[in-house]
Amino acid sequence: MAAGSTIDALGQFELHPVLGGLGEALRFSQSPLMMIVASVAVLAFLYVGMRPKAVVPGRLQAAAEICYDFIHNMAVDTIGPEGRAFFPFVFTLFFFILAGNYLGLLPFSFAFTSHVAVTVALALMVFVLSVIVSLKAQGAKFFAHFMPAGAPVALAPLLVPIEILSFLSRPVSLSIRLFANMVAGHVMLEMFAAFTIMLAGLGLIGDALAVGPVVINVALMALELLVGALQAYVFAILTCIYLREAVAH
Amino acid sequence: MGKETDSSRQTFDRRLKQAMDRNNPDRAAEAALQGSDITTVGTVLRAGTEMVAGLAVGVAMGWGLDRWLGCRPVFLILFSLLGGAAGVLNVWRLVRPQDALEDKPGPHAGPER
Repeated sequence: MAAGSTIDALGQFELHPVLGGLGEALRFSQSPLMMIVASVAVLAFLYVGMRPKAVVPGRLQAAAEICYDFIHNMAVDTIGPEGRAFFPFVFTLFFFILAGNYLGLLPFSFAFTSHVAVTVALALMVFVLSVIVSLKAQGAKFFAHFMPAGAPVALAPLLVPIEILSFLSRPVSLSIRLFANMVAGHVMLEMFAAFTIMLAGLGLIGDALAVGPVVINVALMALELLVGALQAYVFAILTCIYLREAVAH
Repeated sequence: MGKETDSSRQTFDRRLKQAMDRNNPDRAAEAALQGSDITTVGTVLRAGTEMVAGLAVGVAMGWGLDRWLGCRPVFLILFSLLGGAAGVLNVWRLVRPQDALEDKPGPHAGPER
């Protein structure tokens, strides 16, 4: 109710120490807490899901197997046979981001993927890995990619910097995409929730009108479920594409 | 159900595979359709950020070089233009027809194909 006539749409992204005095001492905020929750949730899902080890899987086991298959197919189809080596990495990335996005939608929760520091760290991890794999698989030939084949040599001073900038923009676009989508979604949810409170303060007509933003928020929640899955998917598939280029000759 | 012996599991796997093969054409088509659906949405969402990211990297690099070499605004101007070009290149690589991709296989098509 403190919102009054102002909407504090970005306050939800502020970090506060959690877990009382211990969290205060360790500078432990919601963000790492939710990361741990996300990791534990994914691990628990896989462990509990796969524990029956049934030939004909139950529901939870089927879900775990579908998740495994989905990422395995994505990695092998996109990267090729070498994709098997990167499957655990892609799997971890996808489900860490997915769990982060979805946990952030719960009330009193926090979406750690809405912080650019987190998404940049993830994107740089992918970028550095792809560069290392490139250098290992292709050696010095890797640098030949910065000059498009068939282009006149006279254009090299123009084309090479453009290619290098295009290459360097990968981690930026990878991180900004995830971060911006999550922030935008949560800001919209906050805005419409605030509208509801503001309208409810107007009396009887306001009470009736306040239903509108609630309905919109329900729809937005569905949209956020789509966006959360889609962004995790895009992050994972781009990781696969970058790794495919790294292992290709 | 977890107590199956190895041989019965192999038989089951074989029968499962046969059943899946029988249904294969439908499954493959369905999977391809779903795949292209989600890829299209992903492509649309990617295009905007790719362009902004190219420009952002260009501006950041130009600004950094200017700061380092102390010749403001030469590199900022130069790298803003190059960054914008890189952004457009990124988008082109994203949306260009797949046939163009087949024309230039292997290492000849630049780092981002």
